[in-house]
Amino acid sequence: MGDHGAVNVMHHVPEAEVEPPNKLYADRVRVYPKAVDGLARRIKWGILVFCLAVYYLLPWLRWSRGPGAPSQAVLLDLWNERFFFFNLELWPQDIWFLTGLLALGAVALFLVTSLFGRLWCGYACPQTVWTDLFMLVERKIEGDRNERIKRDRGPTTFDKVWRKIAKHALWLGIAFWTGGAWVMYFVDAPTAVREFWTGTASVEVYVFIAMLTATTYLLAGWAREQVCTYMCPWPRFQSAMLDEQTFIVTYEGWRGEPRGHGRRLGVTETKFGDCVDCNACVHVCPTGIDIRDGAQLECINCGLCIDACNHVMAKTGSKPWLITWDTLARQAAKKEGTTPPLRLLRARSLIYLGVMLAGMVVLGAGLALRSHIGLSVAHDRAPLFVRLENGDLRNGYSVLLINKSRQGAEFHLGVEGFAGAQMVLPEASGKPAETLSVILGPDTVQTVRVLVQGRPEHLEEGRQSLDFVLRNAATGEKAVYHSLFMGPGGG
Amino acid sequence: MPTKIEKDVITGTDTTGHEWDGIRELNTPLPKWWVYVYLATVVWGLGMFVLYPSIPLGTTYFHGLLGYSSRADAMAGVQEMRAMHGKQMQQIGALSFAEIQKNHDLMEVALTAGRITFAENCQPCHGPNGEGRIGYPALDTDVWRWGGTLDAIQQTVTHGIRSGDPETRTSQMPSFGADGVLKPDHIQQVADYVMTLYGKAKPGVDTAAGQKIFAENCAACHGDKGQGNRDVGAPPLASRVHLYGDARETVVAQVTKPRHGVMPNWNQRLTPATIKAVALYVHSLGGGE
Ligand code: SF4
Ligand code: SF4
Repeated sequence: MGDHGAVNVMHHVPEAEVEPPNKLYADRVRVYPKAVDGLARRIKWGILVFCLAVYYLLPWLRWSRGPGAPSQAVLLDLWNERFFFFNLELWPQDIWFLTGLLALGAVALFLVTSLFGRLWCGYACPQTVWTDLFMLVERKIEGDRNERIKRDRGPTTFDKVWRKIAKHALWLGIAFWTGGAWVMYFVDAPTAVREFWTGTASVEVYVFIAMLTATTYLLAGWAREQVCTYMCPWPRFQSAMLDEQTFIVTYEGWRGEPRGHGRRLGVTETKFGDCVDCNACVHVCPTGIDIRDGAQLECINCGLCIDACNHVMAKTGSKPWLITWDTLARQAAKKEGTTPPLRLLRARSLIYLGVMLAGMVVLGAGLALRSHIGLSVAHDRAPLFVRLENGDLRNGYSVLLINKSRQGAEFHLGVEGFAGAQMVLPEASGKPAETLSVILGPDTVQTVRVLVQGRPEHLEEGRQSLDFVLRNAATGEKAVYHSLFMGPGGG
Repeated sequence: MPTKIEKDVITGTDTTGHEWDGIRELNTPLPKWWVYVYLATVVWGLGMFVLYPSIPLGTTYFHGLLGYSSRADAMAGVQEMRAMHGKQMQQIGALSFAEIQKNHDLMEVALTAGRITFAENCQPCHGPNGEGRIGYPALDTDVWRWGGTLDAIQQTVTHGIRSGDPETRTSQMPSFGADGVLKPDHIQQVADYVMTLYGKAKPGVDTAAGQKIFAENCAACHGDKGQGNRDVGAPPLASRVHLYGDARETVVAQVTKPRHGVMPNWNQRLTPATIKAVALYVHSLGGGE
């Protein structure tokens, strides 16, 4: 801001008054965000209501899955090792899908950030959403910015005390509801509520509700913007996604400066810019910064300063959108009097988009082609093989069979790669047969011991490969597991 | 030596008063919260001392106000487990083999109980996985000298073999050599023939004489083709699985002066239900008969 130093003299502090720093850390400057209305604020309210509604109500959505299965639409049933999302049921083996989903979310975040800056931070991040909700409560009880500042600085009065108590009580209430809703994603919601209030819920339930109540209360009530500025890693590396073509909240310094209000300063000869230096943009900012200093680490791109300034511009009669959404490149050009077109799709964003689409295809395909039966075979360690009366060889295996579907079914277990092989289920006193028939109940994991016997034509160095094949008799879906058949000289 | 406690100009904190070569140390006491947490742990520790067993008193000890004992705790757990297993073992004892096999949960209990009992009692002779060793039959093959059905296995385990139990399984092969029934030459000849039964004979050896001796002396029990006869306890000879091995000298030794293995009657030591569990486990090793 070099070219308007003359106007800004009132900010000047004589050097003699600067105290030597005797602290390694700066104290927190308390932020008293002011209420504001406008486009950004309305979008933010909309997203807030949507996010909170989904979070609090989703566990209560019922979903019919037939007998024996939970009837909650979204349930992460850790105890039974099943995750339910509407019609999708994930087994522990499918956990890669959730990992993939998280990775996809990260890439989507990169893409959005490269295009529009920290939209996530400003609108959808739980820290922002709950802080906004807590601020709303605060405003309803303690009033707007000026009233709050005044009361906080003033003496302890009855009025002050009851308002503080009411505010914290309400905050704690919301925090408790938040913790409770969290637990309902892991335990059936109506059951969780009943057990919680009758004191029969598990210790984990109480501990987690207490923990999430505490974190919600502390993070949204007390820590607020400090979470974004100091605790969250995201702002630290967002600069790797942002560049001068990113469409973010910016101050049009080229027409705002020199800032000031001629009449108020008693200066008439200087030509002032559109900014009247009213600090409205600073007062509404939830992180307490001045957007006129340019894009900065603390800015969560919420656009509330835009709303605030638009009101001021309407009053002063200047062109609105002095603070606006724009790219740094265009702002630089506008300073020179030109307005180049937006260049949102750049190599960076196209790469993010490509990675995201590829990830979606891979995840989608993986999910669609996911097998509903599982097979895993472990060869007996000792003995590796057994010789039978007629000279045949026999190997023992532990076979793990999985039926992920909600219907019980008949399965056929056979082997490939060993002509004339016979199989036996010794535990069931079964007779040798070419294929075995096993009935698996719905949603079942079962281990059976299987013996394979026969006279292998030639054993390569004492062993030969053998494939176990499990087939659903009705649907024909199959799973194959590669194993070995051992003989003398192998091992 | 603390000399002079003074205020540090830059931080405004007191110094400790120590000075080493002109270097002074700031007095930065432990944070209050730390001290309080520390004191709280001391109080907590005293509480534990009073409530739980703590002070040794020669042959005894201070039991603590709660009277807690980890040993009693463990024993209660053992009792609880016994009670639980007792119920299931009772069921195993009462139900037939076929009924147990149909009950998946009970079968699992039986196989586990069988496996543990086997490891404690049977493994020294029959091997950890029932693979047997010389003189002690393998239990994971399809050769069963005394029968491989669940009932037959139960019978063998209960009463043993040559055990002295009134219902024991028993058989005795004559000492053809030691008692002078067969001459050493004849024993050599019959051994040559027996080896043809399981395909280990040396080529070019004339086995006609041995075959004749076999038909006259051995076939009565072991069968004309060496297929064995369970009723008299004669093992099959035309088999790739042999109790004492299939070498020529083994055959000669066995015909000359047979060894007779003994298996204890486990009804002395195991309950009928446990024996049933063992039978189920042994049967599951190789599928039995
Ligand atoms: S709200 Fe607008 S006019 Fe007021 S100080 Fe901020 S940028 Fe300037
Ligand atoms: S500077 Fe503006 S956009 Fe950035 S956090 Fe503050 S109010 Fe939001």
